[in-house]
Amino acid sequence: MNERLKVTFAPHLRHPDTTKGIMLDVIIALLPASAFGCILFGIRAFAVLVTCVTAAVLSEFIWNKILKKPNTLGDLSAIVTGLLLGLNLSSETPLWMAAVGSIFAIIIVKQLFGGIGCNIVNPAITARVMMLVSFSGAMTKFIEPVSDAVCSATPLVSTEAVSAKNLFFGMHSGCIGETSSFLLLVGGIYLVIRRVISPVIPVCFIGTVAILSLISGESLAVSVFGGGLMLGAIFMATDYTTTPTTTLGKAVFGLGCGLFTFLIRQFGSLPEGVSYSILIMNILVPYIDKLTLRKPFGYIKQ
Amino acid sequence: MEHKEKLLRPKGNISRGVLLPHLKKTAEYETVVLKDVAEVRIPLSQHIGTPAEPIVKKGDKVFVGTLIARANGYVSAGVHSSVSGTVKGVEENANNGKCILIESDGAYETEPSLKTREVKTAKDLSLAAAECGLVGLGGAGFPTSVKLDVKDKQIDTLIINAAECEPYITVDYRECMDNFDDVLKGVTLVKNILKIPEAIICVESNKQKAIEKLLETVADDTIKIMMLPTKYPQGAEKVLIYSATGKKVPLGKLPSDVGCIVMNVTSVATLYRFITTGMPLVSKSLTVDGTAVAEPKNVIVPIGTPIKDLLEFVGVEGEVGLEIMMGGPMMGVAVADINSVIEKRNNAITVLKTEDKQAEGTHCIRCGRCANVCPMQIFPLEIERAVKNGRTEKLKELNVEYCIECGCCSFVCPAKIPLTADMRVAKQILRRETAK
Repeated sequence: MNERLKVTFAPHLRHPDTTKGIMLDVIIALLPASAFGCILFGIRAFAVLVTCVTAAVLSEFIWNKILKKPNTLGDLSAIVTGLLLGLNLSSETPLWMAAVGSIFAIIIVKQLFGGIGCNIVNPAITARVMMLVSFSGAMTKFIEPVSDAVCSATPLVSTEAVSAKNLFFGMHSGCIGETSSFLLLVGGIYLVIRRVISPVIPVCFIGTVAILSLISGESLAVSVFGGGLMLGAIFMATDYTTTPTTTLGKAVFGLGCGLFTFLIRQFGSLPEGVSYSILIMNILVPYIDKLTLRKPFGYIKQ
Repeated sequence: MEHKEKLLRPKGNISRGVLLPHLKKTAEYETVVLKDVAEVRIPLSQHIGTPAEPIVKKGDKVFVGTLIARANGYVSAGVHSSVSGTVKGVEENANNGKCILIESDGAYETEPSLKTREVKTAKDLSLAAAECGLVGLGGAGFPTSVKLDVKDKQIDTLIINAAECEPYITVDYRECMDNFDDVLKGVTLVKNILKIPEAIICVESNKQKAIEKLLETVADDTIKIMMLPTKYPQGAEKVLIYSATGKKVPLGKLPSDVGCIVMNVTSVATLYRFITTGMPLVSKSLTVDGTAVAEPKNVIVPIGTPIKDLLEFVGVEGEVGLEIMMGGPMMGVAVADINSVIEKRNNAITVLKTEDKQAEGTHCIRCGRCANVCPMQIFPLEIERAVKNGRTEKLKELNVEYCIECGCCSFVCPAKIPLTADMRVAKQILRRETAK
């Protein structure tokens, strides 16, 4: 019977959750907002999302093939990255640009740093920032969903007033996935219930922006629902790899993101600051982690 | 539930840890005795500390309860024969180390010189534990004689560990139900002899029958019963002390440094039985269960019984790969050889089919679940990374030495990284670096 024995380290029981399952939950949580974006902005939006996901998946597959590494598509993280990038783009983005963004996210930001779990900044955010810098014209061309007219402004900078209800439910211009705060919240609540994410970062992030906007006399509805805040706070600022692990660290991270978003929107020359603020805070994570290292149980000073 | 005034609420609430399936299907099974053992191999080291020193030689005739190896030094424990028969020599195996091989004559004659003990002082009590060969039966195997030798430390609480937080295992529960008298008298004895003002019997909330029985029967006001939330690793010593008293045992300190003695419920009953009958620790009650076990059972076996005999007794299903653990599925040590034998500190044999296991994992995704569940509040993910990247100088500041190897981090890891094994490696590296 000895040849049938397998000897491994304890524990011999494992929780059923897997990396793949977690990524699948994120994809499920993003589906309502993705579907809404496609309905709102039409077939162009769908084409952008498909392009981003396909480019992300293919570039990861080819990278692993060239370097003779095991295929990692099974963990679904490439799909998440591609989808998140697509949702952060305007439906008017030329498809080749979307593809370039995805390839940049996977190869430069993720794989060059060692692949899943090793990147120091969020791939989708960084790719978007790269695209904003490189293709600033195309990246800020949006469609006005009600009139189908091309416009160049999201509610954040537009002078035309949009009702709070339309802002919340997503009837306004913007990136494919960012308009419907309601559906993004639904996705976020799903992730919290499934214990995939902790609500600390989104609450601190959105709360900080809301409070600072109130103090400075900005419209609360526009600040919170008008830009990329919900998508960024719920889905990008909660990326495990590039955010702190402790609750205190998460709170600091959320507050920092909120503060930078407000500062960029208020005083910067850019209309939107969510992506930049998350990117800045990503870089600070090792320091936040170090400063918020908690004391072990029964700690004694040595 | 009546007698509620005797039921204590936990004083400390351990917010971490994990919820596990209970799988305690043997809880209401009657305990059976396995006597049909042709030969036993009794290990010399069934405890923490120095291995015992053999005092028998090949060809000697021994009886049940005959001392065959004596304690070697202060932190050690004597070993007694669990069968009557003839000593065949000393051999060694990978899981148990050096063992004395005894061929059983099947008669189970008891050693004629066994006698009851009179215990009046703390010294008598510690001596009795030593002569019984008693070690912590919860799994750790720390010599009880050392634990009870508290010297001049002030002890204010005797904590009886009946938490039994690992899945499958039900022997401590059965001890509470079947040998209730021994438990109660043992607790009273230890408490009175060591002049401890209060004893708390700690049971997890999934053992309601045991709690009710304790509440109904315990008449002594200084013996309290505490119902603990069913959460792994509730029965780990440091966690239990915190739950029962709200005190935290600092790193490198003993429970007695915070005024506590923790004894496993079966240990305390065994000590009482030794004092009243003179029969040392020669047999052990075990839960044999797991996904591959045909007929799960609670079995009393002579110490030194090969696992092979036990598996034949309960039946093993299927033709697939197996994992056999000495202990429960969370902290049990996997055996490589079914000729390995049952030791004093074993409370279970768990046999799992390997096909129940998860598929392959991924790189760490830094989800932080391991840190969230760690009862010692350390950061397994950072420690794993430090080891992997060769940054061993960071291990000290990452507090790896606080790890109690409960297995929670590995259990929750979605990337299926063997974190607990990595923690052990990290502790060894740190010890080596510190020794330099």
